[in-house]
Amino acid sequence: MAVVKHETREIRSAEDIVLVRQAVRAWAIELGFRLVDQTKLVTAASELARNIVDYGGGGTVVIEALNDAERRGLRLRFEDHGPGIEDVDTALRDGYTTGGGLGLGLGGARRLVNEFEIVSAPGRGTRVTITRWR
Amino acid sequence: MPTDPWLAHIVSKFESEILADWIQHQLAADTLRRDLMSEAELVEQSRAFLGLLREAVQKGNLADTTGPEWTPVREMLACVSRARAKQGFTASETATFVFSLKQPLFARLRGEVGTDVDALGDAVWRTTVLLDKLGLYTAESYQKGREEVIARQQQEMMELSTPVVKLWEGILALPLIGTLDSARTQIVMENLLERIVETGASIAIIDITGVPTVDTLVAQHLLKTVAAARLMGADCIISGIRPQIAQTIVHLGVELTNVITKATLADAFTVALERTGATIAPRSGHV
Amino acid sequence: MFESGSSVERIPILKMGSYLLVTIQVDMHDRLATSLQDDLTARIVETRARGVLIDISSLEVVDSFIGRMLGNIAAMARVLDAETVVVGMRPAVAITLVELGLSLPGVRTALNVDKGMELLRGSVERVAKVNSRGRRQARDA
Repeated sequence: MAVVKHETREIRSAEDIVLVRQAVRAWAIELGFRLVDQTKLVTAASELARNIVDYGGGGTVVIEALNDAERRGLRLRFEDHGPGIEDVDTALRDGYTTGGGLGLGLGGARRLVNEFEIVSAPGRGTRVTITRWR
Repeated sequence: MPTDPWLAHIVSKFESEILADWIQHQLAADTLRRDLMSEAELVEQSRAFLGLLREAVQKGNLADTTGPEWTPVREMLACVSRARAKQGFTASETATFVFSLKQPLFARLRGEVGTDVDALGDAVWRTTVLLDKLGLYTAESYQKGREEVIARQQQEMMELSTPVVKLWEGILALPLIGTLDSARTQIVMENLLERIVETGASIAIIDITGVPTVDTLVAQHLLKTVAAARLMGADCIISGIRPQIAQTIVHLGVELTNVITKATLADAFTVALERTGATIAPRSGHV
Repeated sequence: MFESGSSVERIPILKMGSYLLVTIQVDMHDRLATSLQDDLTARIVETRARGVLIDISSLEVVDSFIGRMLGNIAAMARVLDAETVVVGMRPAVAITLVELGLSLPGVRTALNVDKGMELLRGSVERVAKVNSRGRRQARDA
C-alpha cells in the first residue's frame, strides 16, 4: 500500500471544521468516490474534527490518498494533545457523551468508514485514523 | 535459449508460402466458423500474425515469450482472442488459430533442414514449445475476454432487473427479482431514493416477491432505505415477503415495527392509493 | 472570540403568512447553526408563527451537530405551538444520517417546499379544528 499524496491541516475553530469538510470532499471527488461514499467520509471527518475542537483543545488532520494493488482509498488521521480518553470502549458506545451532545460522534464515525482505529490515553491526547476504500 | 536459426530462416524465406499453407489448413479445419468471420478477415489476421512472429523470431528469445520483443505478438493475440470471445467462438476454435500454424512450419523445417535428424528434432521441438506458449496465451486472453463479457452482462442485468416504475401519481414501485447481495442492494436502494427525489413521489413500494432469500445485511439495507426515505419525506411499503424471509427477519432480530409490510404488491398499492387520497372502485354498471 | 464579526453572519428567516421559511444554503459552521436556533425561536414568538419550514436541499452534509440542531428547533417550536417540517434532504445525506444512527425523531419531513407547505397547512388546520371543537364542547357543557 502506498501513500500517493498527502496534506496536513490545522483544526482549531468551528470554521476549521467547515474547511476540513470541504478539503475531504475535494479529495474524495478527486479519487472518484461515489456521492454516497463521499458524503459518508465528509460526515465522519466532520464528527472527528468537532471532537478535536470541543474536547482536544485543537489538533491536526492528515489526509492521505492511498493506492493498494487493486483499490484506492482515503485515510484521515485526526490527532490532538488534549486530555485523552480514559475508556475508549465506552466512548465508542452510542449515546456516550461528556459534552452534552448526542454522543454519536465516535461510534457514528466508525460506522461511516471501512477501517477505524483509535489510540488514546489520559493526558496523552487522542489519535483516530479512519480509512474508506473506493 | 537463443533464437532458433532454422525457424528464423524458414519464416523469412518462405513467409508467403507458409501463410498460404496455413490459411488453407485453417479453411479446411472443422473449427472454422464461416458464420462468425469472413475469409478475408481470417487472411488478414493470419498475415499480420505471421509478420509479427517473423520479426520476433529473428531477434527474440524463443524460450521467453514475455520479453519486450514479443510484445507486438502478444498484443495482437490478445486482441484477436478477445474479439473472438465476444463474437462467440469457443476456446478451442480460438486457440486453433495458433496451433494450426504448426503443420506448415514443420513441413518447411523438414524441407530445409534435410537429413540431419538431430537438428530437425531440435528445431521442431523449439517451434512446438513456442507455439504451445502462444496458444496458451491465446486461451488466457480468450478467458479474459469472456470474463469481460460476463461482467458487462451482469451490469446490464442489474440495471434491467431493478427498474423503478411509476404506478400512479406519487407512487413508485421497485419490483426486486433474484438474489440480492449487499452491494447490489445498496446500489438499487440509492437508485430508488434518487428516483423519489426526481419524481416527487411520496410513497415507494419495494416488492420482494421475486427474491428467494434475504440475509442480515440485505435486510438491514432494506430497513435503512426505509429510514432514509422517511428522512427525505417519503414512505416505503415492503410487499411480497415470503414465509422463509419473514422467519429470517424475525430470527435475525431485525426490527420491522415501524415499517409497513403487505403480503402482495396489490395490497401495498391499495394502501398507497388510500394514502395519496385516491381509491379504486368498480364502475357502477358492474356492481 | 469573534463575536462582532460572526454576529453579522446570519441565516435569513422569511415570513410567509403565518409560517416561517428558512433556506439553508451554506455549509454552516457550528456557531451559525446555534444562532439560527436562537433566531428562529425568537421569531416564532415575535410573529406568532404556526409553522416553520426548513429547506435543506442545498446541504451536502448533515452531521450529528446539524442533525441535533434540527431536532432541537422542532422540539422548541412545538413548545411554542408551531409545527416544523424539514424539506429537501438529499438521498446521500439521508443514507449517511441513518448510518450515523440519527433518525431525527420528532422532526416531520417532506420531499420539497410545496409538499412541506401542504403538510404544514394540513396539520395546522387539523389542530385548529380540534381546538375549536374543544372550545365548543367546553361552552356547551
